[in-house]
Amino acid sequence: MTVTVLLFASYADVLGRGSLSLDLASGATVRDALREIQSMPGAERLPMQPLVAVNERYARVDRVLADGDALAVIPPVAGG
Amino acid sequence: MRAALVHRPIDAAALTKEVARHANGATLLFIGTVRDVNDGRGVTGIEYTAYESMAERELADIVHEASAEFATTDIVVEHRLGALDLGDASIVIAVAHPHRGAAYDASRYVIEQIKRRVPIWKREHYVDGTRQWVGASTSARPVTDAVETG
Repeated sequence: MTVTVLLFASYADVLGRGSLSLDLASGATVRDALREIQSMPGAERLPMQPLVAVNERYARVDRVLADGDALAVIPPVAGG
Repeated sequence: MRAALVHRPIDAAALTKEVARHANGATLLFIGTVRDVNDGRGVTGIEYTAYESMAERELADIVHEASAEFATTDIVVEHRLGALDLGDASIVIAVAHPHRGAAYDASRYVIEQIKRRVPIWKREHYVDGTRQWVGASTSARPVTDAVETG
């Protein structure tokens, strides 16, 4: 299955892009996706357990992903 | 009740009018503005960016929560994105309520929840020509390593 990963702000900078596609095995969790992302060049600058959202809602790392999900890796927010 | 991200200056007076009703005895306007110093460093401007679809959803959730908790539908929030200069308003929250106590509580709730939950980021530009994402120092990177020239 394919999951779209969205990156923002400092995380987009360290990975050099704002989005990418991940091919994952059926039943893969957010944790599995993060492991893939963290093996990419530049990703050593990401925190071990970043905030994530699946389909625009904050999610836990044990959340099971589905084909077509949008997984956002959320840097520390700084609105206001 | 309304919450929006905007890419233009925020008209605080228009938001105040939007929450005005004769039933309300208290109207509060919170205006967050770009400050010229942060953590001892001179700031020349801030660029705001967001995960816009999720941020608008979270903003709407927060306004609905405040409306339910503090019993008023007269809450309007706009958060600006893009490049802002010193003194520009990055956020305006207008709240009106029959009584001042609940108006203060609702306004405070909205700004505190926005700072905690809404996926918006800001990159400060400093007088020395560098710039930095605010909050990035909570990642695994040391603070000094997060500074880039721009």
